[in-house]
Amino acid sequence: MGYLSKILNLVWKDLVIEFRAKEILSVMLIFAILVPIILAFSLNSAQETTENIFPGIIWVALTFSGILGFNRTFLNEKQNDSLLGLMLTPVDRTAIYFAKVIVNFTMMIFTEAVTLPLLFILFDFRFRGSILTLVLVIFLGTLGFTSVSTFLSALSANTRASEILLPIILFPIIIPVIIAAVQSTGIVLVGASIGEIASWIKLLGVYDVIFMAVPFILFEYILEV
Amino acid sequence: MSKKLKGHTFLGWLTFAMIIFALYMALVHAPVERVMGVVQKIFYFHVASAWNAFFAFFVVFVASIIFLKTRNRKWDIIAKVSAEIGVVFTTIVLVSGPIWARSAWNRWWVWEPRLTTTLILWFIYLAYILIRSASIEEDKKGVLAAAFGIIGFLDVPVVFFAIRWWGSLYHPEVVKGSGGGLHPAMFQALIACVVAFTFLYFYFLQKGIFIELSRLRIEKIREELRAEN
Repeated sequence: MGYLSKILNLVWKDLVIEFRAKEILSVMLIFAILVPIILAFSLNSAQETTENIFPGIIWVALTFSGILGFNRTFLNEKQNDSLLGLMLTPVDRTAIYFAKVIVNFTMMIFTEAVTLPLLFILFDFRFRGSILTLVLVIFLGTLGFTSVSTFLSALSANTRASEILLPIILFPIIIPVIIAAVQSTGIVLVGASIGEIASWIKLLGVYDVIFMAVPFILFEYILEV
Repeated sequence: MSKKLKGHTFLGWLTFAMIIFALYMALVHAPVERVMGVVQKIFYFHVASAWNAFFAFFVVFVASIIFLKTRNRKWDIIAKVSAEIGVVFTTIVLVSGPIWARSAWNRWWVWEPRLTTTLILWFIYLAYILIRSASIEEDKKGVLAAAFGIIGFLDVPVVFFAIRWWGSLYHPEVVKGSGGGLHPAMFQALIACVVAFTFLYFYFLQKGIFIELSRLRIEKIREELRAEN
């Protein structure tokens, strides 16, 4: 089996488990709607200010629900010692990392596809930009967020209090993604051209590359017992 | 062991003398700034602490890489102690900064790139210490902390650029540091402070490593005693 098909096999395994249990995705979906509702009450958003805070609401909702789901990425594998079984399979450790990134990314994209249209309706937001640019921004932002989160959730899964540790170690690290994603989403939503967000897109791209490459090197150390 | 402790004492007294000299340079030798007045004296210790903090985190980064490569416990201990010292000095930066800013910019806090990056830096290394204090086996803890030490350090420049671009959207009047036109005596005082604080860093590092090694030895003795009984 080639490297790619090994990864795809691991991805398929996780997606089948998730599809049958619907344990994580359902929570992520509900949470991604619940957070904006809390924010709507606490920010007292009037119609005029919605335009300014809407991109922030989107990304706060996505990161919070993402963390909720990613906490389980490696904790689920710890039950019945299946992480050990996974490590005994004849695959490179990095294949496990990439498989987990792809699974988490898929779940995030699914959450976004369901909740974003709902948020536009809830906040009565008139979308004036190009859908393609928005998809690009969300894709890059989600990728950067997912690659770091997956790595750090593997790291925190080693500790006993992993669920409370993950947000604390993750939030300071993903601040560049949040800034770049919120800024570029805000610009795209009001219908600016792709040229205006070029520097943000570049920043997201650089972040994605760095935080895919470094976990790729370090992941082996994290998984060893 | 006693020879080692003598070395500690020597470095301790040397650092003490350096700090006294730095205090003299900053408080007496350097002139009082015309606009900001006496408050500007914070600047010397503020900058020296910031330098120490960045230096300490750089040491964490390098020691983490070497530890992952060699698996020598010594580097793990250096990274741990250095991170703790770095957080202490970052705290000093974050406390002294607003006091100075209040009289310089008339605001306690400005969401300015360097300030905000320092704040994020503080949180990153608090997270590092939390990983250190989490309940994991001792051997594994070093590896996990080293991995985070590397990731965290690489994140810092990205954070800085992100915040700089973000800040320029909301605060076009970027606050300029007073680096350019320093009075020669002020510059000498700054250098004295930075050098003295660097000595202080190494003194703390030495003490921290010594404490960690003693802790390991006590644990070893305890295990031996337990095995005997």
